[in-house]
Amino acid sequence: MSVSVRIPPVLRAHVGGVKVVQMSGATLGEVLSALVVAHADLREQIFESDGALRRWVNVYVDGADARHLAGLETPTPAGIEVVILPAMAGGSR
Amino acid sequence: MTTKGFTEVDANAAQQLLASPERPILIDVREQNEWDAGYLHGATHAPKGTISFAIANIAPDKSAPILLYCAGGVRSAAAAETLAGLGYTNLRSMAGGIKGWSEAGLPVVETTTLTPEQKSRYSRHLLLPGVGAEGQAKLLDARVLLVGAGGLGAPAALYLAAAGVGHLRIIDFDVVEASNLQRQVIHTTERVGMPKVESAAVQIRALNPDVQVEPINGALTVDNVASLLDGVDVVIDGTDTFEARYALNDAAVKLGIPVVHAGVFRFEGQLTVLAPGRGPCYRCLHPTPPPPEMAPGCGVAGVLGVLPGAIGVLQATEALKLLLGIGEPLIGRLLLWDALEGSFTELTVQRDPHCAACGSAATAKGVQS
Repeated sequence: MSVSVRIPPVLRAHVGGVKVVQMSGATLGEVLSALVVAHADLREQIFESDGALRRWVNVYVDGADARHLAGLETPTPAGIEVVILPAMAGGSR
Repeated sequence: MTTKGFTEVDANAAQQLLASPERPILIDVREQNEWDAGYLHGATHAPKGTISFAIANIAPDKSAPILLYCAGGVRSAAAAETLAGLGYTNLRSMAGGIKGWSEAGLPVVETTTLTPEQKSRYSRHLLLPGVGAEGQAKLLDARVLLVGAGGLGAPAALYLAAAGVGHLRIIDFDVVEASNLQRQVIHTTERVGMPKVESAAVQIRALNPDVQVEPINGALTVDNVASLLDGVDVVIDGTDTFEARYALNDAAVKLGIPVVHAGVFRFEGQLTVLAPGRGPCYRCLHPTPPPPEMAPGCGVAGVLGVLPGAIGVLQATEALKLLLGIGEPLIGRLLLWDALEGSFTELTVQRDPHCAACGSAATAKGVQS
């Protein structure tokens, strides 16, 4: 089951500069685990040491915040899009 | 429907129609000077001579109910005949006109307070359904706080000033640098070295003397944020520090003031409206700030100059929608723009019931950013 994972610009250096990677997994947790296995540098950026999502990283499954769905247990049927989106700096300077 | 293709109604029947669920589109077909002296609440102005051109914008649907009036009922009957000839099928003309309306003791005749100069300057707004003289008067009475006169604040301030938002309070602690000019179009080469808020004030006054600018050369902090928000209707968040953003959020939540939030990075931007009580606040989205390396500013990461320009103008657009009470503000929706892909993505964002700032047990007063 292939899921598109959209990587935010600030993390793209860790995945070879691409915007979207294809991952497999029946749940968001499985998809993100596969992602950090494939791109080990991302683990520390996305996950706390206890395996929870870092609080400043928001993850959207099919356009909705996974924290308001079932978190890492949120199902990820094939073809769905996962968006990883950390807080973005502003534009004053 | 008569053979003329429209029906005549008297003032009392007109008032009942206007109060009914199938409220007709109300069109005043008199000349400008008559309109200026007073018009009916909710009316759109389209002088009889121009109505055959103006009608497509006012009523794209030819079966929509339309009620026309003039001074005494003659010109509105003629205008109704014109519209019937164009295929409009649900037309009424108010017999007796606005004169009969007033004589029947009916209320709410409004006068526009715009000066002749303002009518000329804002003429494109005055033509717009949903804006008009009433909307323009709202904008002229409005007060917007712009936090930052940089990449986002510069374009937002220019367009809000052009739109005639009457009072712009701008806070920024920087001076104009040459490296700003690639995107911060409110500043100029000769004003390099000047405090940004002063440079912005010069440009805004040159663009629109209707706008009162209140430049504040300094930083937004937890200590001054409440006074900065005093009397403000909408905030444009163009901050680039998370300390300022959280301080702004917590105070705006307490005071119930909507914040148009945005962020930019290289070729991508994001935008949402944080409206207290109607959608999430910034802490609902991001309860804790990221470490600095996760959210580098434009000075570190670079940014395509037009990117904050476009996002800043979208912020101004959202602010105008909020001030005018029109459209669907981006409340509970986070809009992402990827300039290189040329794609917009919309994400749903929700309130966090446990949010430290706006949740049921909010403790924002003691929250540390």
